[in-house]
Amino acid sequence: MIATRMIPDFSAPVHIDQVGVEERASRFTKRSIKNESKLNGLMLALNMIDLTTLEGKDTDGKVKQLCYKAQHLHDAYPGLPTVAAICVYPSMVKTAKAALGNSGIKVASVATAFPSGQAPRDVKIRDTKYAVQNGADEIDMVISRGKFLQGEYNFVFDEIAAIKEACGPANGGARLKVILETGELVTYDKVRKASDIAMYAGADFIKTSTGKISPAATMPVTLVMLEAIRDFYYKTGKKIAMKPAGGISKAKAALHYLVMLNEVLGEEWMNNEWFRFGASSLANDILMQLMKQRTGVYQAANYFSID
Amino acid sequence: MATKKNNTLKLKFDSARKLAPAPESKSAAKIDPQYDLFINGKFEKPLSKKYFATINPATEEKLSVVAEANSSDVNKAVGAARNAYEKVWKKMPARERAKYIYRIARMVQERAREFAIIETLDGGKPIRESRDFDVPTAANHFFYYAGWADKLEYAFPNRNAVPMGVAGQIIPWNFPLLMAAWKIAPALATGNTVVLKPAETTPLTALKLAEIIQEADLPPGVVNIITGAGATGAAIVNHPDINKIAFTGSTEVGKIIQRAIAGTPKKATLELGGKAANIIFDDAPLDQAVEGVINGIFFNQGHVCCAGSRLYVQESVYKEVVRKLKDRIETLIVGDPIDKNTDIGAINSKAQLETINKYIRIGQQEGAEMHQSSCSVPGKGFFCRPTLFTNVAQSNRIAQEEIFGPVLAIQSFRTDDEVIEKANNSAYGLSAGVWTDKGSKIFNMTTKMRAGVVWANTFNKFDPTSPFGGYKESGYGREGGVHGLNAYVNIV
Repeated sequence: MIATRMIPDFSAPVHIDQVGVEERASRFTKRSIKNESKLNGLMLALNMIDLTTLEGKDTDGKVKQLCYKAQHLHDAYPGLPTVAAICVYPSMVKTAKAALGNSGIKVASVATAFPSGQAPRDVKIRDTKYAVQNGADEIDMVISRGKFLQGEYNFVFDEIAAIKEACGPANGGARLKVILETGELVTYDKVRKASDIAMYAGADFIKTSTGKISPAATMPVTLVMLEAIRDFYYKTGKKIAMKPAGGISKAKAALHYLVMLNEVLGEEWMNNEWFRFGASSLANDILMQLMKQRTGVYQAANYFSID
Repeated sequence: MATKKNNTLKLKFDSARKLAPAPESKSAAKIDPQYDLFINGKFEKPLSKKYFATINPATEEKLSVVAEANSSDVNKAVGAARNAYEKVWKKMPARERAKYIYRIARMVQERAREFAIIETLDGGKPIRESRDFDVPTAANHFFYYAGWADKLEYAFPNRNAVPMGVAGQIIPWNFPLLMAAWKIAPALATGNTVVLKPAETTPLTALKLAEIIQEADLPPGVVNIITGAGATGAAIVNHPDINKIAFTGSTEVGKIIQRAIAGTPKKATLELGGKAANIIFDDAPLDQAVEGVINGIFFNQGHVCCAGSRLYVQESVYKEVVRKLKDRIETLIVGDPIDKNTDIGAINSKAQLETINKYIRIGQQEGAEMHQSSCSVPGKGFFCRPTLFTNVAQSNRIAQEEIFGPVLAIQSFRTDDEVIEKANNSAYGLSAGVWTDKGSKIFNMTTKMRAGVVWANTFNKFDPTSPFGGYKESGYGREGGVHGLNAYVNIV
């Protein structure tokens, strides 16, 4: 835990200039990523994916298929990395854990009445503990946006701290990803404030979105969160990981995010311990680009498995 | 939790600078081995019979040779401009004049890529900037003033605005095409004819513009573009048949011009040096302010007359801002300007690099603390690392004199009154920047800054509709906007 004397006053105003953030974010998209930089970037992006299925219609079979895909992204291209994690509902954790075996791929579970978070705290804690007991390595919680927007920052802080506690011991327990659902927070000022609350309350990751609300992850929102991580790191010495989720489905967009990560937090964050993409269709687009790099021609989408 | 001591924390950015090369294709732009003088609608050999080389400052390789106009050539060009003015241009209906200017604007857009490549090769600025800023903004200027040509009665209601005659225009090397557009567009729109001289280190895009003007079928002599160095410029300034001098460049040369035209009926507008103050208050959006400061001083290698070369930071956020600046300059890519990823290109000339290095030495001798990016620079060509100076005093030369390079002098302040006094304590007054989330503070500051342009929560933003010009030693007269028309008309 962060010492109490270091916790800032969250009711103090934060200053983020919308025009400036969006201008800076668009600047990263001007970087031209070619040849070996592109290849390395695509491989890295693949390795940072939290391959996700969060549907009411998910079945054990579908999750097993996804777990197979996670380990065998495209066997026609030898030497590919695996994805970082599989992201599922708590009821699917046991299935995913068994299917992934000792592949090293993590199982992430959403919890805390995902995606709305509209449940009492004891239910959220039980939800979290259930996922952890079933073997989840990572918990993706949602914050109580209603309370946050009402200015009940202590409530939000305490809730995150309680869920972190439910994740188990600081070392060896599940890593906690805190979903801010930036699409519902609307302004960059609020995104920054929610990021700070989450980090000081014990988040291991901060994450943009559930994927159920539009807009999901955007580059400016991710930039604001990366800058929050950087300032937190300089204040406390503690590294926090970042996960933009939802809406990143193209390889080129993923490369732009990596450029941004590299220029805001530097190379220590350029691995899947400190950065993830929450995405379901991104992997196939990256695979398509990798095959194009190797063969010189684009292959049709039908050559890549949809799981 | 494993926490390190804060003063040992450092982010690592080596890999951010190591991207695979992504060069723009040089072959997409045609550069002739030799360029003559554009006089009376034709490219003519110089009466001086002399040529000089123009080089690529990033490689020191020769790009082309261009003619050196002597006073006879200047006389010929002014004669052509006078003839075109009396016989064609001043009689032409304004809406017809506008059509030509629109045509030039569209042709600049059509050949934008070629212009951008040549601008970068000849001047050393990053292709990202010439592609995304210089060329589009130049085209916009032509479009904007084309629109004014037949609406001058609305710009000067109940007055009669008549053209001045022949305008002699001398432009600098930092924005060669853009400055040509700034000068030519309003002059033509108001019915003047032009003799324009680009800087000797960056003549090529102006000569490309001459090609476009020829293709656009502008009546011969309306725009004449002649190349040369200081002596050619002096011949234009001193020519008796010039009615108006428009000059952008150093304060030193501006003073020479003022002395030369004193006692003559020649009008002048001078856009000279600057030493702009960028002011960050503790309630500013700091990350965006830092980005604005970076763009303010490192845009175009700092070769910008309105560059934010002095930074004042309120003391409670001083350490944080300096730390952010140091991190940010680590991620700036310094290198071949033709590479699309380059943020800071080549210094325009060897002489300019020597000037910048001289000031960097002076800063250190004055006791300021220097911090440079750890990046490496190419072995060939003229390059300078992005440089910050802290512990700067108001009396230091690096805080008073225009360096015209990627060098920022940083000071802290405590109160509003203190920073207003310090920011205005300069021989120059071209631009200033204010960073705060508080609206009332913005208005208070902007009314008290003695500077032609004051940006609030942004910096180095340009638009053809917005006037630009200086106070004090930064010159007089305004370019851009309705105000820019004033500089080329007599009110009778």
